[in-house]
Amino acid sequence: MDAFKNLVVILLSSVLVNNYVLSRFLGICPFLGVSKKINQAVGMGTSVTIVMLLATLATWPIQHFVLDSFGLSYMQTIVFILIIASLVQMLEIFLKKFVPSLHKDLGVYLPLITTNCAVLGVSINNITDSYTFVESIVSSLGVGLGFLLAMVLFSGLRSRIDEDEVPKGFRGVAITLLAASFISLAFMGLTGIVDNIFA
Amino acid sequence: MLIDVLTALAVVVSVSLFLGILLALFINFFTVKEDEKEKKIRECLPGINCGACGYTGCNEYAKALALSQAKPNLCIPGAENTAKALSEILGVEVEEPKDVVAFVHCNGTCDAAAEKAIYQGVESCKARTMLYGGSKGCSYGCFGCGDCAKVCVSNAIFIEDGIARVDTSKCVGCGLCVKQCPQRIISMVPQETKTAVFCNSRDKGAEARKVCTNACIACKKCEKVCPHEAISVINNRAVIDYEKCTGCGACTESCPTGCIKNVHFRDLPEGFSLN
Repeated sequence: MDAFKNLVVILLSSVLVNNYVLSRFLGICPFLGVSKKINQAVGMGTSVTIVMLLATLATWPIQHFVLDSFGLSYMQTIVFILIIASLVQMLEIFLKKFVPSLHKDLGVYLPLITTNCAVLGVSINNITDSYTFVESIVSSLGVGLGFLLAMVLFSGLRSRIDEDEVPKGFRGVAITLLAASFISLAFMGLTGIVDNIFA
Repeated sequence: MLIDVLTALAVVVSVSLFLGILLALFINFFTVKEDEKEKKIRECLPGINCGACGYTGCNEYAKALALSQAKPNLCIPGAENTAKALSEILGVEVEEPKDVVAFVHCNGTCDAAAEKAIYQGVESCKARTMLYGGSKGCSYGCFGCGDCAKVCVSNAIFIEDGIARVDTSKCVGCGLCVKQCPQRIISMVPQETKTAVFCNSRDKGAEARKVCTNACIACKKCEKVCPHEAISVINNRAVIDYEKCTGCGACTESCPTGCIKNVHFRDLPEGFSLN
């Protein structure tokens, strides 16, 4: 039961408290770039979640069975980037062949994820937090869901901003960045919520 | 030291080699063969996904063309050149696409049309219509909020004196603005149109006149003077049959409010491309 509780805490804390976009400031580029419309935001969020899961599935064993056993943990970043990039390519080819409808929806975003810092970040953080394999998978799922949540929230906010009359000096990037910072502030209020969830 | 460097090198090289081989295998076994014809067709299309052809985008149109389910003259932004190129690829005879431009049937400028209320709210025509049919005295007129300008693929629509206007030298004729306008003021007219009605009001003459000095009052003078029977007043508004109209100007002279005007829509400049 304790193990299960631990997993739930990891999941929730990576969705809410340590939200990668809003608290750790990783993956800001798609967060700002693809959040104009809600359906695009959902597409991007889902593809990032899938890729994060796959990346963790691949990088965790590589770290523990290859890099660690050769004493090469300093090569982590380069090797992980290699793995993630080729993984995304393979996923794209695979989807195109077997699930064309999904490829049509997510295909545009996949090349964008190849060098996404949030995906690399989650793979590396799983190692530095010394998570077990199962914990790593749960944490990357949580991070992906957190990313999806942030994207959806932000795209909703942006569509509201689009309809409003923004003062001239704030139009465009300025108001977008301000809105992002406000969401980030709001998420700070969730700190500590998960630690006491089973208390 | 040297051993460390060599192991690092060996490990990274072998990992990348493994990934490379895996990718190559994936590409070999899983790639979907793209239809060469479709690819060629897709390259001819302008790629702005305007939807004027009736398909959801250039990709869909290309697909339909490759299966010869669609005619090659449907791409309006691409005009003649695209139609020619497409017909060549498909090996069918060239059919000229119809050249159309968007036209805003309203001249209720700030001076001419009275406002019945001051609107404060979301700046979009759609939102305005929802609130008591808009703030304008005339419920058929253009609000000048620019919903049409926002969807225009070629930035051809601009707002002048409270009314949306189309720069026909830029208009590619995709018809997105027609779909967007909640007042249905914009319509696609032939490029060579010579006379056009600048009013959309279906109100009776007196009412229309009360809210806008430029309105069509349905007096039917134009209908009587037209030597070619090209004008008819339908639902309290003059409508021109562009095929019969010769642009003689009899109606424009007789119109008491000046809502019928001679127009000259400029063509797209030579060598125009959307990219």
